[in-house]
Amino acid sequence: MSTTHAVEGIDETLATQQGRPPMNVVYEWLTTVDHKKIGLMYIAYALVFLLIGGVEAMLIRIQLAIPNNHFVSPQVFNQLFTMHGTTMVFFVGMPVLFGFGNYLVPLMIGARDMAFPRLNAFSFWVSAFAGLLLYFSYVGASGLYAAGSAPDVGWFAYAPLTAKVFSPGHSTDYWTLAVFLSGIGSIGTALNIVTTIVCMRCRGMKMSRMPLLVWLYLVMASLVFVTVSPLTAAQIMLTLDRYIGSHFFDTQAGGSAVLWMHFFWIFGHPEVYVLVLPAFAFVNEIVPVFSRKAIFGYPAMVAASVGIGFISLSVWAHHMFTVGMGAAANTFFVFSTMVISVPTGIKIFNWLATIWGGKVIFATPMLFCVAFLFQFLVAGLTGIMLSAAPFDWQLGNSYFVVAHFHYVLVGAIVTALFGALYYWYPKITGRVMSETLGKWHFWLFVIGFHLTFDFMHVPGMLGMPRRIYTYEAGRGWEGWNLIVGVGAVFQAAGILCFVYNLIESYFKGKEAGHDPWDAWTLEWSTTSPPPDYNFAVLPTVNSRRPLWDLKHPEDPDSDYE
Amino acid sequence: MLVLSVTLAIFLIVGGLLLYALIRYRHRPGDADREPAQIYGSNQIELSWTVIPILIVVMLFLATTRIILRTQAIPKPQTAMDVTVIGHQFWWEYRYPNLGVVTANELHIPVSDPAHPTPTYLTMSSADVAHSFWVPRLAGKTDVIPNRVNTMWLDPQQAGLYLGQCAQYCGTQHAKMLLRIYAQSPADFAAWANQQKLPAQQDFAGNTAAVEGQAVFMRSACINCHAISGTAATGRFGPDLTHLASRDTIASGAIQNNPENLRAWIDNPSSMKPGCLMPPMHLNDHDLDAITAYLTQLR
Amino acid sequence: MMRDAAAIPIESTLETPWTLPYRGTVGMACLIVAESAIFIIFVVAYIFYIGKSLSGPTPAQVLELPIFGTVCLLSSSITVHFAVAAVRKGMLSACTGWLAGTVLLGSIFLATTAREWYHLIHDEGLTIQTNLFGTTYYSLVGLHATHVVVGLLMLALVLAFSLFGLVNETHSEKLETLSLYWHFVDAVWVVVFTVVYVLGR
Repeated sequence: MSTTHAVEGIDETLATQQGRPPMNVVYEWLTTVDHKKIGLMYIAYALVFLLIGGVEAMLIRIQLAIPNNHFVSPQVFNQLFTMHGTTMVFFVGMPVLFGFGNYLVPLMIGARDMAFPRLNAFSFWVSAFAGLLLYFSYVGASGLYAAGSAPDVGWFAYAPLTAKVFSPGHSTDYWTLAVFLSGIGSIGTALNIVTTIVCMRCRGMKMSRMPLLVWLYLVMASLVFVTVSPLTAAQIMLTLDRYIGSHFFDTQAGGSAVLWMHFFWIFGHPEVYVLVLPAFAFVNEIVPVFSRKAIFGYPAMVAASVGIGFISLSVWAHHMFTVGMGAAANTFFVFSTMVISVPTGIKIFNWLATIWGGKVIFATPMLFCVAFLFQFLVAGLTGIMLSAAPFDWQLGNSYFVVAHFHYVLVGAIVTALFGALYYWYPKITGRVMSETLGKWHFWLFVIGFHLTFDFMHVPGMLGMPRRIYTYEAGRGWEGWNLIVGVGAVFQAAGILCFVYNLIESYFKGKEAGHDPWDAWTLEWSTTSPPPDYNFAVLPTVNSRRPLWDLKHPEDPDSDYE
Repeated sequence: MLVLSVTLAIFLIVGGLLLYALIRYRHRPGDADREPAQIYGSNQIELSWTVIPILIVVMLFLATTRIILRTQAIPKPQTAMDVTVIGHQFWWEYRYPNLGVVTANELHIPVSDPAHPTPTYLTMSSADVAHSFWVPRLAGKTDVIPNRVNTMWLDPQQAGLYLGQCAQYCGTQHAKMLLRIYAQSPADFAAWANQQKLPAQQDFAGNTAAVEGQAVFMRSACINCHAISGTAATGRFGPDLTHLASRDTIASGAIQNNPENLRAWIDNPSSMKPGCLMPPMHLNDHDLDAITAYLTQLR
Repeated sequence: MMRDAAAIPIESTLETPWTLPYRGTVGMACLIVAESAIFIIFVVAYIFYIGKSLSGPTPAQVLELPIFGTVCLLSSSITVHFAVAAVRKGMLSACTGWLAGTVLLGSIFLATTAREWYHLIHDEGLTIQTNLFGTTYYSLVGLHATHVVVGLLMLALVLAFSLFGLVNETHSEKLETLSLYWHFVDAVWVVVFTVVYVLGR
């Protein structure tokens, strides 16, 4: 593989000085406004919560492995699934994806930092505090022994279960406040990402020349503004209900429980697109490099991404097919949900066409992207099944739905995330992760994933609802739940491999140089890790793949624009 | 079926192509060190894989709409039997307005003959938080929401016991808010309904424990929550106990209905269904035995 | 064949100047979109609950059109616009004057709202707890008023800087960004006015 040499700038920043006192290092990280450090803090924070959320999931699976189990009490179980969901969405998914956006977007557009560095730091620390607040709930009230006041209302906190009369104490308030603060941080970071992309691209980088990752982050961040805000509003309403005696969701005063559902899902559905678009972004960057071909159909990919962003705002009530909205409303939401499969399918076909005719290299990042492609395909197809409302009347709120959304969240998003971590780790640290350990991680995780989530569809089809802390023998659910639990163990093993790899490679990994994968976007033109100022000289670009043009002057992309 | 076959076909075709591409176009060790031809797109191919999915979506949408209309938009048949369902934390209340029957947790309905259908029409609401009524073998689920009335119909064609449970998380004991639907032949159903219409048993045929138990019941806190038709107990917060002994289970399907379980339940409900809303009754052993003897007589 | 990356920056064939929008404008636009979404949810709740209160005062019974306050608030958009125009031309004392006018008009608006609420609570017995109308009315108008307060604080800060002579032409883009926020607050009031005082009564 041919690689570029970076221009070696003179780096006099503190980071390169050896043997600094630890307190100086800590202070620097606590007060930094550098997008790379903030991005890394987001990612590290999210990985810690991934492990915690994973432990919560393991406890859930142990309790459900056999019927009538007494591993945890119903109160603790209800807290576990609430905390697991809330943690994974708000304190793993959002931070890790914002972390990658923070790190990569300025580098990929040839900028030195984000548009508002101090807002960036503020957003991170607000989100970080929010996660700590959520977990403090375990020790609140009666303390750890009784699992404290951890929220137990489910991650979507339906009214009126969250009203003061049905949820006395503070468990709901911990949920509301922690997620509210996380939302503030999300809006701040999204604002930063949009402004950076619109206002800070390097010379020559027209919108039509931005890497697809940057496009997808633009769509994702724009979506955040209209996605997170409805939840923020609903949480204000809920807190007013609980503390000032207002009646937004107070059914005894004529209020509507369904109104909360509408508001929540107007947030909740686009939220999952906020989570998945960056996963698409990672795949868009990794698959071409390891197929040695440009992405097929760049304009269509942009159009499909923007289309998905818009359509995702119109599908929310497919989470409410069983609420009794009436045939007209149900039909509309069936239609909008099915329609979103068209641009999504276009993306899958474009990835397929990128691989077609290429020279596929199965390095660890690509292995995860391949798994992503198959798993996302299946996830989308079970989604189409669920979009047919009559199907949803049976399968909604059952383990079929749990299997479907974990297929997207774990099988697509987390899988793509692992690919991204292996792919950009050399850029971030200057060292490559071990391929051997990477393959162990991959196979253990994929086997565990399929054991758990393929078989999880079955209890759903056999009538097992979600969020139940136990079940009777004789319903036909036992064996399947046991297999699901076993798969969780494999996934945990895979993740342990990954964590070990992450740490060991930092000290003993092979030196990466600045372009270990022979890639084509601007981040690979600077050193690994990049200096604080990113680029010695801000680049000027002529095409979508500036480094390809440099490496192939006889056949540059700029000829084909 | 259509949805399943279409999605399966898509999976096999796309997945198959993907697998093929990964194998056929993998980098082989002896490959020349040239990059493959860079293809940026193709208008015809991209147009076709936009149009074909649109057509598939239209087809699936039309098929789905037909079923939605057939299920949700048909008028209520004249021969339907009405049942009012009220969801509570963590039990189900059933009222048959045209038959004058009030019961809890075990729903009896007549089997419906396809030639002359007699479906059961459920009108549902909740007394507290959102629940969902789901008996998979009989119908899809419909949510049971406070300050809102939802309706659905059941049309069992075979007699038997159909199991289900609450399908919307409603609090600590959501998992044990079970549903038991007994579809019976018209004759059996009529017999059941006639029995349920009667006020509670008052003649205990010399069973002194039961007589004493009734007195204990009527002077204890039981009457605050429970109703027994024909007596002073008219509480509505908990299940109607008029014909408790005619049921197979207690605690909304979670526990077998026998004297030992019933006694243990009354003594401390949370020992069997932790977090349920019935408090321990703090009765002494003698009173417990008496009340159990009384309640087991309420057929 | 490999080219040395000393070739980065790649020489550009671009001849036109490379100008991208001002960061403050884009950032404020994003904030406005997010805040609009929050307001829309409160407006939807208001509209959804029209006529659904089980008891208590109704809008028709207790609400009067807040004409004076509205005129003040909308005029303050004009004054802040002139303030921005003034600072762009370097007319600093004019800018100070227009800013003062904006703060004054905005404060009058808040005062009229406060008076209205006092009347509703003490004379009509309408609070946020009374019924669905009270809940949705106070939350929507209150949310708007909170945004007015924040805007007034920012404007007062700039006014103070201006009085000390610390504001000049180089700050014109920043002042324009703030004025965008203030125009947004006014636009929200137009919506709230229409929904609450015109349609809802």
